[in-house]
Amino acid sequence: MPDVSRRKFLGLTAAAPLAAMALAKGAAAETAKVWPTVTEESARRRLQQLNLPNLPLVTHEGKRVLFYDDLVKDKAVSFNFFFANCDEVCPLVMANLARVQKLLGNQVGRKFFMYSLTLKPEEDTVEVLRHHRAMYGAGPGWTFLTGKPDDMEKLRRAIGFSYPDPAIDKDKTQHIGNVRYGNEPLMYWSACPGMAHPNFIAESLAWMIHPDQSRVQAS
Amino acid sequence: MYFNVFGEKVSRRRYKEMCEAAKNRRELIAAGLTSRRDLFKMGLLTASGMLVAKSGLSARAYGQTQTNNPPSSGGTNTSPGTNQNCVPGNQTASPPTRAFISPLPIIPLARTVSALSPTPTENPNTAAGEVRAAPFQAPQIDSTRFPVVPATLYKFTQKQFTTSGMSPDLPAQTLWGFDDGTGPRSPGPTYQAFYGRPQLTRNVNALPNINQVNNTGFGMPSVSTHLHNAHNPSESDGNPCDFYPAGHFCDQYYPNVLAGFNSDHAPNGDISESLSTLWYHDHRIDFTSQNTYKGLAGFYCLFNQFDTGSDQTGFRLPSFPQHDIPLMFNDKVFDPTTGQLVFDLFNLDGILGDKFLVNGVIQPFLNVEPRRYRFRMLDTGPSRFYEFFLTGNVGGAGSPTTNPYFLIGTDGNLIPNPIQVQSVRIGPAERVDVIIDFSKFAGKTLYLENRLNQLNGQGPAAVDSQLAPQNSSTTECSGVLNSANQGAIKPAGAGDLILKFNVSGTACIDNSVDPATNPSFYQLPSTTATPRIVRTFKFDRLNGQWSINGQFMDCNQFRFAVQQNSAEHWLLTNLTGDWTHPVHIHLEEHQIMNRNRVAPTVPTDLGRKDVTQLHPNERVELFFRFRDWLGKYPIHCHNVVHEDHAMMALWHVVPQGDNVAVP
Repeated sequence: MPDVSRRKFLGLTAAAPLAAMALAKGAAAETAKVWPTVTEESARRRLQQLNLPNLPLVTHEGKRVLFYDDLVKDKAVSFNFFFANCDEVCPLVMANLARVQKLLGNQVGRKFFMYSLTLKPEEDTVEVLRHHRAMYGAGPGWTFLTGKPDDMEKLRRAIGFSYPDPAIDKDKTQHIGNVRYGNEPLMYWSACPGMAHPNFIAESLAWMIHPDQSRVQAS
Repeated sequence: MYFNVFGEKVSRRRYKEMCEAAKNRRELIAAGLTSRRDLFKMGLLTASGMLVAKSGLSARAYGQTQTNNPPSSGGTNTSPGTNQNCVPGNQTASPPTRAFISPLPIIPLARTVSALSPTPTENPNTAAGEVRAAPFQAPQIDSTRFPVVPATLYKFTQKQFTTSGMSPDLPAQTLWGFDDGTGPRSPGPTYQAFYGRPQLTRNVNALPNINQVNNTGFGMPSVSTHLHNAHNPSESDGNPCDFYPAGHFCDQYYPNVLAGFNSDHAPNGDISESLSTLWYHDHRIDFTSQNTYKGLAGFYCLFNQFDTGSDQTGFRLPSFPQHDIPLMFNDKVFDPTTGQLVFDLFNLDGILGDKFLVNGVIQPFLNVEPRRYRFRMLDTGPSRFYEFFLTGNVGGAGSPTTNPYFLIGTDGNLIPNPIQVQSVRIGPAERVDVIIDFSKFAGKTLYLENRLNQLNGQGPAAVDSQLAPQNSSTTECSGVLNSANQGAIKPAGAGDLILKFNVSGTACIDNSVDPATNPSFYQLPSTTATPRIVRTFKFDRLNGQWSINGQFMDCNQFRFAVQQNSAEHWLLTNLTGDWTHPVHIHLEEHQIMNRNRVAPTVPTDLGRKDVTQLHPNERVELFFRFRDWLGKYPIHCHNVVHEDHAMMALWHVVPQGDNVAVP
């Protein structure tokens, strides 16, 4: 059981002297260990491996793409999850994103790339995505994506759209409505609610385009 | 005898209700009926958000619902030590490190500077690269008492640096810290501040800019430094929405003045509002968790004529800094192959580490004399709660012992009298001041042990643990409890041993006050004033989005306006059954009037607070005064991962307040 193994481990590192001594011996041997040199590139590679898997996806235009190589690498981006027949959170978030795209103007598609990924790849075919995308008036730079169900599920977990409670996680009506944003080469990542005010979502995404700007607001 | 998770005695009836509620909750989760809409539909939730008492909705076999299993992650997440529940299935355990071989670092005191160039100005000096929202308020109130350039000046430069001090078993780490002129460090230098002595800190951002990135995988070099707990004017508070990149600075004016100085207790303020253990940390909106985790935090100790820092004067508390030691607790994760500090950027729930640090070192030891010490204990998170016990006889014949100690302050503010405790619980951003008397332990070894069971970012093992019997006579709930979740408190010696005390030397002269003699400190300010308004704040999660009253953080919106120098009651409510939110409110402290309409009894709830733990299914009523200063401040969850995902609201203090009851 995972919980038990974790506790066991913590107990080992921190509890009774016997265990601590045993561990100390083990760790002492490790001090000779030569750690690999860490560079900015290796940190970036680690993030890619853990969180930005290079999975094959299909765009609303039917184009085959690789998630990391084609969509994320060297770019400032946002992600959100939706499905076409969702009548709860999705319409609110997607309508917000349509406004966000207008607010960011022609930066989208040049300096910033928006991605909406389906939670129901079985239903959301390329045709459905294209139709749905048109409904929100999405312009260039806002790409709708589907893929193999297993891949979409892996991706959802990798980029942090899952609940700790598996029962809630399974319930698609409660799916996570956040918009994850980031700047891949600079390794800046955070997220904001997709139901926040579109002005503030747009501002948050723009931090990834111009991360060296200051902000003050008089009260 | 029946207890709830807070160690409070509850009636047998209440206890059974709690058992039933937890059982219901699990069944509902198992049935996938966890949104409020669903519960309403089923008639299981009342309008006030309480679960209807019911029995027998056995939608799933009970056994399947008991374990607190993490989401499946394709079998990739099985290494020991993995924080299975708090990361999206891809975090591995830290490399092994030896415990108690490095001494506890005593954080050095911050060094003042004689002058700043360019000289600080009342209005933001934008031409010189300063980023500040508004002119200093204090000199406008009294320029003699609060000169624009006060006598006490600091220059804190935020820099990236490397240190091999975390553990000899790990490689050098790249951190962000504060440099007062003696070199960058984390935790940052400790301020030794005094009431009546205003000071100014120039906070310079010299972190790597976007052209010299050198990023280690997390952290945003864009900052706003908040002085947590201070009664500070808003322009110097360190607001999350006012941030600046590398190459810029902000002058922050810390008047070190008591609340009420410019209102109901002019001119010196209310002595009952004295503060003592404050801390500073980065507060950049959406990036606070990463930036503080990377090192941007430090202590700010504030003294006055009673809490003097000397055991010869005033309250005669143990002398600072020899026997009055700030302890900064945090938990972290290191990459098993590179040994480098890592942070899960893709987490929404809260992050737990498997390594416990005190003052920047993993599981250090401290040699102490057999005498009294004051410890100022701070939990900087990101998401872990601690319940600290003083454990002895670890590994000796017989069982480990639990030794009492004295609580003297909550959130760093002295309580009216010391309270002897077996343990205290603190959450992210909370502090406690304690006195430990080592005089009886000469030649012995003691540990500060965290015995709180926490499995993920939700907070202390929530629903089940609230039912954990604290003595063996309580068995009604045995069918509800499960073996994977042992309850809130682990047995003595089976928790996380975090700090080792070697008590060495022989008995020495100790001039400090003996807390067992029940000395008096400050009395609590009155809470009888009629509130101008009662405001309600619902802390919730809407489709994974952290919300307050169904809305989300927006830097461009003040959600309500507090009237300057008025009193208010705030009702914090948490309708979720499984999340604990440590709620922090800037500007003035509050007192807890009641939890679910019952006056607080837990010692850490009895004093003045700036962070209040909001437990599952709870409604907490707070008393506030908002005095002296004008301007904007936030209310937010201080589980910094929740905070970074919009569980925050901005409000402001203005001459004429509004009447928005549910902002």
